Amino acid sequence: MLKILRQKAAAAPLLRTVVLSSRNYSASAKEMTVREALNSALDEEMSADHRVFLMGEEVGEYQGAYKVTQGLLQKYGPERVVDTPITEAGFTGIGVGAAYYGLRPVVEFMTFNFAMQAIDNIINSAAKTNYMSSGNISVPIVFRGPNGAAAGVGAQHSQCYAAWYGAIPGLKVLTPYSSEDAHGLLKAAIRDPDPVVFLENELLYGESFPVSEEVLDAGFSTPIGKAKIEKEGKDVSIVAFSKMVGFSLKAAEILAKDGIDAEVINLRSIRPLDRSMINASVRKTNRLVTVEEGFPQHGVGAEICALIVEDSFDYLDAPVERIAGADVPMPYAANLERMALPQVEDIVRATKRACYRSIPMSAST
Amino acid sequence: MHLICHYIHEPLYMFSPITHTHTQHKHLVSNLFWKRFFPMSICRLARSRTITRFLKTKICPFEIHERLITPNYSFFHACSSYKTLAGNFTRKPHELWDKTANILAFRRFESARAGEQAEAVSYTDDDEDENQSIDFPGGRVTFTPQIKFISESTDKRVPCYRVLDDDGYPFAGSRSEQVDKETALKMYKSMVTLQIMDHIFYEAQRQGRISFYMTSMGEEAINIATAAALSPDDIILPQYREPGILLWRGFTIEEFANQLFGTKNDAGKGRQMPVHYGSKKHNFVTVSSPIATQLPQAAGIAYSLKMDNKEACAVAFTGDGGTSEGDFHAGLNFAAVMEAPVLFICRNNGWAISTPISDQFRSDGVVVKGQAYGIRSIRIDGNDTLAVYSAIRAAREMVIREQKPILVEALTYRVGHHSTSDDSTKYRPLNEIEYWKTARNPLGRYRKWVQRNGWWTDEEETELRGSIRKQVMNAIQVADKTEKPSLKELFTDVYDRLPLNLHEQEKSLRETIKRHEQDFPADVPL
Repeated sequence: MLKILRQKAAAAPLLRTVVLSSRNYSASAKEMTVREALNSALDEEMSADHRVFLMGEEVGEYQGAYKVTQGLLQKYGPERVVDTPITEAGFTGIGVGAAYYGLRPVVEFMTFNFAMQAIDNIINSAAKTNYMSSGNISVPIVFRGPNGAAAGVGAQHSQCYAAWYGAIPGLKVLTPYSSEDAHGLLKAAIRDPDPVVFLENELLYGESFPVSEEVLDAGFSTPIGKAKIEKEGKDVSIVAFSKMVGFSLKAAEILAKDGIDAEVINLRSIRPLDRSMINASVRKTNRLVTVEEGFPQHGVGAEICALIVEDSFDYLDAPVERIAGADVPMPYAANLERMALPQVEDIVRATKRACYRSIPMSAST
Repeated sequence: MHLICHYIHEPLYMFSPITHTHTQHKHLVSNLFWKRFFPMSICRLARSRTITRFLKTKICPFEIHERLITPNYSFFHACSSYKTLAGNFTRKPHELWDKTANILAFRRFESARAGEQAEAVSYTDDDEDENQSIDFPGGRVTFTPQIKFISESTDKRVPCYRVLDDDGYPFAGSRSEQVDKETALKMYKSMVTLQIMDHIFYEAQRQGRISFYMTSMGEEAINIATAAALSPDDIILPQYREPGILLWRGFTIEEFANQLFGTKNDAGKGRQMPVHYGSKKHNFVTVSSPIATQLPQAAGIAYSLKMDNKEACAVAFTGDGGTSEGDFHAGLNFAAVMEAPVLFICRNNGWAISTPISDQFRSDGVVVKGQAYGIRSIRIDGNDTLAVYSAIRAAREMVIREQKPILVEALTYRVGHHSTSDDSTKYRPLNEIEYWKTARNPLGRYRKWVQRNGWWTDEEETELRGSIRKQVMNAIQVADKTEKPSLKELFTDVYDRLPLNLHEQEKSLRETIKRHEQDFPADVPL
């Protein structure tokens, strides 16, 4: 829907404003929105390496369709922040070509739904070229943009692509949740010599999270391929990524009142998947619930379930519960949309089922 | 919309007498009008006044008219009539509005009327007042009260640059680069090598020794002369019919054979199917199967070269079929907007597997598409070695000096089949293939010119052909017996560094092999 907005920003240069929703004056914690985290990560990487450049629709003059690239055009100039015509296939191809040569492009898709128009270049060119050229041509490119459902944008703006990109060898797929994740993982992605698909979430851009001093250091980056335990627990493991981590944490609070101590794992990296941490957690709690926004068939939850069965089958005390979005194109009407996406109540119910605290709703379907 | 207003106010016009099959038409028109357009027109009335004012200065009421009034196109057989109609009514546009109903009547038998030729691209200034210009995003445009469509085609096709005639004689007054003896001979010898290589490797596939092959027969001149005209620093993004460039740059016949057989000596580690060559040291980007993906990538590489201030350009190839891909539009448009130094070379060889160019596009070939993107373009005879050499040299110099893209369309003919999986005699006549193979062969023509200069003799020809044949056959023998790449190459290069899961898989595979040695192929080293 934002694609329709084509107005250029006023000619007057905009000062880079870092908007902090609340200022905490303690020395250890500072709050930062995910948007600011991404913006500062891009800023730091662009100043550290002159080969990094941004490309995408509305990233320059408009300051970014979601204001993630605010102020960067003013700071680095039009050669390093390139506003592109509306051709995903075109600018993805150009980005891949530039990466072949040795530059480090960061290609922004207004949403990953539109990246489907460029998917041949992402998969057949970016992901496979290092292998097919026997290591001679590496593709140090980052594809980033919002992924998954926003609010009231309909079917062609709401699909989650984590499972699709997660299936491709040659790609790395990251799904940050908090500001610290966003900041650290984006820096790691830009520095990585392999093509990275960086799936953000539009609704998380405005959310603020506390960040430690360490994160603010320019040299900081989060290692790729490591999940994070957001909340420790001992009764059941809830594995989620992106926005669903927030929902899982809320569900864990509700469950705590019922005496269920849930462990919430933030995957952070879909490919490579942190198999060892998921296994370690399940071996500790013996129960697993996976949560994702995307379509259920062949989803991330299906992969996690399969790997648990392969590695830790004997440790499971209950079948794995898989929560995913409804198997329909996303409806627009607000009530239907709400029903098509996992909500906190769904996570609570599924976790209780995994703990044998409730009878399945549809026992006879 | 204004037209609809008329229809509401003066419905009588709809039923004015029409010359042929008028009752049929009348019936249909009235049906159409009342059933389809009446409701539409009612709701448009509300906005019609502003739209009318808006439309008065616009040039194509007919487009709207046509879309509204002609739901069933097959019924109105005069498809191109609206243009001639425009020609008839341009003098006094307001007259148009009064005769709206008659337009509908006239449309019916346009095929009987000899159409006035629509204007060619260039506009004459006589009937335009030069002070009348308006600005819009994109710049000022003069406006004209005439309705003039740019024709979809010109009377004459864009001419083709050619230096040698079919007998190898330079045309009088032809302008071309001077080619010294050394370069001329190297070009000829490379063309012969390419031709022989293609023949023998093709036969090898037919014998089952390699799985697949694609020849460049008929396009040797494009391959070699282009390579000769470029510098070794220029980065090539091939489609798949340009192995001659690698040959020119020093890729040996043995290296070609190693790639085709996927041996351990293949620089590509046996990862790619045959003819998908790639060589970093020769600045030849690995061939990618999806068509035309290399075009926007070339713009990206060129942009990088520009940022690095290098004296080199990116050169991207495509065939006539590749120009239909979306990436062709994106690549050319982008290169023009970003002012990237790319040389786009289109090998228009008449066939995209079995699709002839008449089914591929309706424009005058590919050269006219350049102007649509703001790219300078030229059409050359792709079977004329000297023409290709001179034109590419000139184009490259322009690309680098002006840092802008250029499009070159090289006309040629694909003598061979599309690939070893194709039998082109199924969709084109044998005699056509024979004609291009013999009478219009680029090698024959160029050889005559070289020999006439005293630089080549028949004895040298036989000797060269014999020695190349032997070399290629030998390369095949050796490659056939060489070991395949080792097992570890299955897992490397997926990522920059071997990830944990692949490391585990390799370990488990090696353990399985140790346990079941007899099931593992003998020619794959561990």
